[in-house]
Amino acid sequence: MPPTTPEDAAAGARPRPRSPSDLFFSFSILALQGFGGVLAVVQRELVEKKQWLSNEEFVEEWAVAQIMPGPNVVNLSVMLGERYFGWRGAVAALSGMLAFPTLIVLALATLYGHYAQHPQVAGALRGMAAVAAGLIAAAAFKLAGPLKKHPMGRPVCALLAAACFALVGWLHLPLGWVVPGLGLLACTLTWRKIAP
Amino acid sequence: MSLHFEALQWLQLLLHYASLSLLAVGGAISLVPDMHRYLVLEQHWLTETQFNASIAIAQAAPGPNVLFVGLMGWNVGLNAAGNTGLSAHAATLGLLGMATTMLGMLVPSTLLTWLATRWAAQYQQHRAIRAFKQGMAPLVIGLLLATAWTLGSASGDPRHDGALWALSAVAASLVWRTRIHLLWLLAAGALLGALGWV
Repeated sequence: MPPTTPEDAAAGARPRPRSPSDLFFSFSILALQGFGGVLAVVQRELVEKKQWLSNEEFVEEWAVAQIMPGPNVVNLSVMLGERYFGWRGAVAALSGMLAFPTLIVLALATLYGHYAQHPQVAGALRGMAAVAAGLIAAAAFKLAGPLKKHPMGRPVCALLAAACFALVGWLHLPLGWVVPGLGLLACTLTWRKIAP
Repeated sequence: MSLHFEALQWLQLLLHYASLSLLAVGGAISLVPDMHRYLVLEQHWLTETQFNASIAIAQAAPGPNVLFVGLMGWNVGLNAAGNTGLSAHAATLGLLGMATTMLGMLVPSTLLTWLATRWAAQYQQHRAIRAFKQGMAPLVIGLLLATAWTLGSASGDPRHDGALWALSAVAASLVWRTRIHLLWLLAAGALLGALGWV
């Protein structure tokens, strides 16, 4: 596809993946470094080392990847792959993100299966699960920061987040009810607040 | 643990994940409470321990966290095989389970993202698109907190609860306030658990 806008022309001057297989291996290397949080690794690899994207472009793509349903890094692979090589690029980037980590996780699960009876192994997993709970809570706190500037205002945002937490975490209501219901309310309120 | 698993059950598993897929705003991890309700409480396809181990192992491994979904399917497959160790039969059912949950989880949302990427590039500044992007933000946070809560309160043994909650709180504040590498925290959690301190 030829460049049609100034942004496309600027992006054309920047380094880009050579082929879908370049995408596959780049995303494999990236995925294999991502212990716990992949975001920091994605930014370092794609923006700083490979310079496929500027920081601004990266933030935009990441916001969309986060808003779309589905795992963020999976969405990001699909969006970037599509951008360079259409659907073949999307498939290549996505497979790169998943292939090797799947093998590793299966190997770990098999090892765990052999040693699951050992109290130390069970204890280690219990400790890691507690840490994982903390990591996820921290991600929520970090993301809550920018809500200060939200069009709905901080109290309404806090109320919506709290309602969502209580309905799902405490009352165990199915997400199929909670997300569309609260989501419609939240998007309508936001829509009324932002200028046309 | 041995399960009665036939085509109907595999289909149910696939459809459950496919129905969750488009609700995964904030990532697959925000769906953990619902997976727990379905797999552990309603269908009894996974034990509490297997459920938590799937998440913890995927967190400890490199790569996208969504692989915990594959591990849940893997464990359902092993249970369907009678959980008698890793025979060829068990591995086949495990891989079938993994493929079922991963495809169910990823195909709908990935297709939507792919189509939306192609379509939305032209309408970035449209009011409805901005309202959607910004409006969903508080829900993403609420869902993440619910996930942390489900993971944190999963340990049923009251002797361990206090120390585990403290560990979660310390990990959360360290990640929130410092730039410490997450791997150190996971390793510390594993060590404390292996020593029997939490």
